[in-house]
Amino acid sequence: MAGIRLIARLDIKGPNLIKGIRLEGLRIIGDPQEYARRYYEQGADELVYMDIVASLYGRNSLHDIVRRAAQDIFAPLTVGGGLRSVDDVREMLRAGADKVAINTAAVQRPELIREVAHVFGSQCMVLSIEAKRQEKGRWEVYTDNGRERTGLDVVEWARRGVELGAGEILLTSVDQEGTRKGFDCELVRTVSDAVSVPVIASGGMGSSEHLIDVVQQGHADAVAMADILHYNRSTIPDIREIARASGIEVRRVA
Amino acid sequence: MSADVAIVDYGIGNLFSVRRAFERCGASVVVSDDPQVLLAAPRLVLPGVGAFADGMRGLIERGLDKVVPEFTDSGKPFLGICLGMQMLASVSEEFGEHKGFGIIPGRVVPIPKTTIAGKRHKIPHIGWARLERPKCLAGWEGSILEGLSHDDAVYLVHSFAVQPDNGAHRLADCTYNGRVISAAIRKGNVYGTQFHPEKSGDVGLGILGNFLRAERLKFSYEAAIAPRRG
Repeated sequence: MAGIRLIARLDIKGPNLIKGIRLEGLRIIGDPQEYARRYYEQGADELVYMDIVASLYGRNSLHDIVRRAAQDIFAPLTVGGGLRSVDDVREMLRAGADKVAINTAAVQRPELIREVAHVFGSQCMVLSIEAKRQEKGRWEVYTDNGRERTGLDVVEWARRGVELGAGEILLTSVDQEGTRKGFDCELVRTVSDAVSVPVIASGGMGSSEHLIDVVQQGHADAVAMADILHYNRSTIPDIREIARASGIEVRRVA
Repeated sequence: MSADVAIVDYGIGNLFSVRRAFERCGASVVVSDDPQVLLAAPRLVLPGVGAFADGMRGLIERGLDKVVPEFTDSGKPFLGICLGMQMLASVSEEFGEHKGFGIIPGRVVPIPKTTIAGKRHKIPHIGWARLERPKCLAGWEGSILEGLSHDDAVYLVHSFAVQPDNGAHRLADCTYNGRVISAAIRKGNVYGTQFHPEKSGDVGLGILGNFLRAERLKFSYEAAIAPRRG
């Protein structure tokens, strides 16, 4: 199998790294740069920045955070939050992002996915999906950090996004996010098996065992983690070691 | 003071990261779309992401398509990264057939949609992979991969890969679910990496540091015997 990527996810509000529960009740954690550097030095395979209120309030200060990060973090950076146009994406790439994650603007205007993929390549266009469980086996797409329903079915939307040119899917379970109770493995497996592109599982990682579950049962291609790292309940090297011991192929970091 | 390395700016890609990575290695860097500046540099880097045809068009529109073969013919060290490596090949199959520079003969082909066992796997190939030395190659000494250990991994994100016509041009491979991918190629002073050294942590910085120490080849045997490119 391909190596499973261990991704540090940093949710941003204004100048701060924050963390919530089910994308609400946000608490300030600290300076995003300090945490990003720590995760880079620990050997995170990628970093994801999400400005989680940007789409509600328009323009954001995310550019400065990304520019600082790109100064001395030599690992892939994915950035999302409030990006609405090809020009917004270009600016974010200029600031130092390698990929952009788009949710709300893509739901409002799916053609944006095609435009971004056409100009910058599919590898740059990450479709961010916030999924909320409905009746068994169905999930609905939400936007604006789990606040707004869209009526879209997650699996259908994921397939559509890939047809339009998304090269990757960042799949966040609104139900599990911030709960530390584990990923929604059924959601991740259903989406991962339905699309041809890699799926990043996000939302719910409370322990290394949750990572093993979402890879082995959920067929995740990459795993995003946040408060397990922010609150120092575990470290990337420890998680990497436990994953490897369970037979999951991960990068070896010297 | 003149720069140690020039980066070709042709309107695409995250040039900032490439620049920062070289600066971290202690180099002075110039990012330019001026052919004279680029040709005068002691080392040239052609980065790039996105579609093959767009990349070639971006170079042609800026009058930079002549710069690449002229520079590589000079014997000075050249590095193409990702799409920049793919453009060194003769032809790409991405969205139709498109001509590349043909500096390192070969084709750019899609990564097989299945694993070696025939199971469907995810495309693009995104992630970190170990660099493996092709069997025909004695070692990486004297190349930009000098000093790498066999566990060192680099970051790739791509749907297409180069297949060099001449196996001797393969510098490093990696495997994706059993599929062998050409991760780095070399012909004399000309290097290409499918992976992103600027995104590959300390391993990548080490490779860029090696590139900064690469010396000009006074005489290229292959260039001397190969028919001149049209």
